[in-house]
Amino acid sequence: MNASVPLTRKDFQTDQEVRWCPGCGDYAILAAVQSVFPELGVPKEKFAVVSGIGCSSRFPYYMNTFGFHTIHGRAPAVATGLKVARPDLEVWVATGDGDSLSIGGNHTIHMIRRNVGLKVLLFNNKIYGLTKGQYSPTSEVGKKAKSTPFGSVDRPFSPLALALGAGATFVARSVDVFQAHLKTTLKRVASHKGTAFTEILQNCNIFNDGAWDAIADKDVRDDHVLYLEHGKPLIFGKAKDKGIRRNGFDMEVVTIGAEGVAEGDLLVHDERHPSPAYAFTLASMDSRPGFPTPLGVLRATDAPAYETLVNAQVQQVIAKKGKGDLGKLLRGPETWEVR
Amino acid sequence: MSTAAAPPQPLSAGSRERLTSAVIRFCGDSGDGMQVTGSQFTNTAALFGNDLATFPDFPAEIRAPQGTLPGVSGFQVNFSSTQVFTPGDSVDVLVAMNPAALKTNLADLKTGGILIVNSDSFAEVDFKKAKVTSNPLEDGSLAGYRVFPVDLLKLTKAAVKDVGLDTKSVDRSKNFFALGMCYWLFGRSMDGTLRWIDTKFKGQVAEANTLTLRAGYAYCEATEAYQTAAYEVPPAKLKPGTYRNLSGNNALAMGLVAASERSGLPLFLGSYPITPASDILHELSMYKDFGVVTFQAEDEIAAVAAAIGASYGGCLATTTTSGPGMALKMEAIGLAISVELPLVVCDIQRGGPSTGLPTKTEQADLFQALFGRNSEAPLPVLAPQTPGDCFWIAVEASRIALKYMTPVIILSDGYLANGAEPWRVPAPEDLPSFPTTFRTDPEGFKPFLRNPDTLARPWAVPGTPGLEHRIGGLEKQDVTGNINYEPANHDKMVRLRAAKVAGIVQDVPDVVPAGDSEGDLLIIGWGSTYGSITAALHSLRAKGHKVGHVHIRHLNPLPGNLGETMKRYKKVLIPEMNLGQLAFILRSIYLVDAISYSKVEGKPFKQAEIEKKALEVIQ
Repeated sequence: MNASVPLTRKDFQTDQEVRWCPGCGDYAILAAVQSVFPELGVPKEKFAVVSGIGCSSRFPYYMNTFGFHTIHGRAPAVATGLKVARPDLEVWVATGDGDSLSIGGNHTIHMIRRNVGLKVLLFNNKIYGLTKGQYSPTSEVGKKAKSTPFGSVDRPFSPLALALGAGATFVARSVDVFQAHLKTTLKRVASHKGTAFTEILQNCNIFNDGAWDAIADKDVRDDHVLYLEHGKPLIFGKAKDKGIRRNGFDMEVVTIGAEGVAEGDLLVHDERHPSPAYAFTLASMDSRPGFPTPLGVLRATDAPAYETLVNAQVQQVIAKKGKGDLGKLLRGPETWEVR
Repeated sequence: MSTAAAPPQPLSAGSRERLTSAVIRFCGDSGDGMQVTGSQFTNTAALFGNDLATFPDFPAEIRAPQGTLPGVSGFQVNFSSTQVFTPGDSVDVLVAMNPAALKTNLADLKTGGILIVNSDSFAEVDFKKAKVTSNPLEDGSLAGYRVFPVDLLKLTKAAVKDVGLDTKSVDRSKNFFALGMCYWLFGRSMDGTLRWIDTKFKGQVAEANTLTLRAGYAYCEATEAYQTAAYEVPPAKLKPGTYRNLSGNNALAMGLVAASERSGLPLFLGSYPITPASDILHELSMYKDFGVVTFQAEDEIAAVAAAIGASYGGCLATTTTSGPGMALKMEAIGLAISVELPLVVCDIQRGGPSTGLPTKTEQADLFQALFGRNSEAPLPVLAPQTPGDCFWIAVEASRIALKYMTPVIILSDGYLANGAEPWRVPAPEDLPSFPTTFRTDPEGFKPFLRNPDTLARPWAVPGTPGLEHRIGGLEKQDVTGNINYEPANHDKMVRLRAAKVAGIVQDVPDVVPAGDSEGDLLIIGWGSTYGSITAALHSLRAKGHKVGHVHIRHLNPLPGNLGETMKRYKKVLIPEMNLGQLAFILRSIYLVDAISYSKVEGKPFKQAEIEKKALEVIQ
């Protein structure tokens, strides 16, 4: 444990056989995390990776850090307890669309509402993988899966829109196979104080293969992906000729140069926009015909982390009242003597 | 604080009739302040030096429609110059604030007992609300009692006429008039309550309450009829020491803080509000000066899950709930069993199933605590037997959880939680000390390499260099903790987890029966039936029967000598506020023909009920 030797990707690999299906997008996410962790300047023992249940939640077993594979949907709650008890730790949560948005939906929104300092990686493959192929809360309407042979009728969540609705201070989106983009995003996640909520579009090649082809496929992706950069105009398309312009309370897709549209007419990305409505419109954009899927950091604002406030309050009370005296506590407000 | 008149003097010594003990019940509308009145009388009795036991009994509705039967709230206190085990089977003094309260409580008043009624609330409209057809004050139905009708509202109004309060606030003060009367009846000092009023209320309200309390006292003193109702109950001869009055929930909260101090670990509580456990959350949230962190979670599951997370991080972690919340927590408790992390789960039982009787007591979660999880998931279960014992059980449960790296369930109940008794205050240095350390040495570290004496695994908290490892709910390979699905390993791990919990018996004291150590009958109880069984035992033995009593505080593992102890008696009787859960378990384990005695009314057993049943069994 020589602190002077820099950590490498190898330091974060375990001797455990990785048991995801060959070709699963989870491998790419694991590789990206293992290569980013050594660059964060955090001692290895300070990382704790907490997960729920599902394919994504096997993640901690493959990270050579402290890891806790908990129960279905409850990772945010377990991680909240850990982070409040141990603010010195870097606590990462690995979860999936079923784990965090279905069975654990309540914990997810309350973790975000409290702004607990957790780094949340939501692997979104729009399907239940570990239970072998049922539709998930992010599956598109009409999804034909094991439990919906005639197509699903329920409408999906947008994970980031949900997070923003719960008051998220940080939301980002990346793609399993976009390694460079994913690593850059992960570094942003690592540096955020408060809940850093990240949707990673991940391919399940067994039960929902190609779910993200429009975004991941080299031939078409440039027309469907909008890379967000703070302070830069919202431009996308193979020829970099499409952009997002404000239209009343909404946004619209325009072509630069057509009908007198200039780059200066486009919206400029602002992670710190005072209104969450801006990021909300970005977050739910991909479900609308003709709109791209924004990738990158949609929103990053400053707010005190929950664990900081909780522990500060404890310290304030101790500063005001002094350290508790057990003898005094046991005696209570009034006592009497029996001789 | 204003003092309108010089305080009236108590009757001179000797002019009061001396009683060994007395039972008062205050009952009225849930908005009448009966819980406050009862608590104040209790504190005063405690400070005076009586032994006592209380039974607060209130509806689940915060304010049921005024004056109706479901809205009746009561508080009973038994105070004595001798040792007290129960709040009393029947009452000597009943204070009834309205016809509904009278109707629902009169049956418990002893023949010839004192009945104080608020006659201002005995009009036609009140009878209608209480579904009473004739005026009980006039129809002769109260002939067997010493009835004292008092115009409480009119007298209160008169007492506070110069304060300038609105009608509603005056109405709210009237319980202090009744309290003042009861203080006079038993020659009690008003000082404690006057001090309390000063800290609890401000301005006009404090003034009105003070004046009303004094007026109630003075009213009795000046009214001739009450001179025949003046009593004294001398102080009890308790074991020497410093005493305080303590309720079960407060005792439990304090016990957890004490365990935190004596283990050297910070206390973390994850909780979700639920009756009758919420007071523990309230109490612990005030103890931030002890470094206590309280987390009011989004639901019961998050509450226990966050506690497990805090335990993983190295805290003494606890979660508090009642039956329905326990049901929700069970999967997470199974996780804590599987990953072998310490956790103290407090179940303050109430009537069930489902929402059941939220404010009433029951002890029917024993099966849930022992067997309510999927698969083989044993854990230690402890039960306090009196309100003050909740303190000691909390300390003991914490000690076992930390020593054996296991979740522990405490089964308290609504009766213990809200009931109070004089509690002998221990010195902090006399409390059990169990300094807890974490594994730090990477040399030879294996997450599931067990301590040969306790079978506990090492506690290696995140942040410790060289001890990075993974735990989870999947089956683990023995010693390494790696995921493992091999049949023989699973069988071994199931047996190891069971053996660890069974081995805790080395920390469970043998039972020593109270009363006769062999004979006709052994009464076995657990939890809050302690008082009634003890009182029944004394009475049975006084009548010449050879009876013993064992009260089980460790329900899993059971005390090692329980089986042989049962054999020393001809019969075994097990009274429980359920349909015979402990009886079922003891019959199953020990093949003993134990007789179950069940009562599931949301109320504790009366001494007389247990005595009657015991006599039936003996004969």
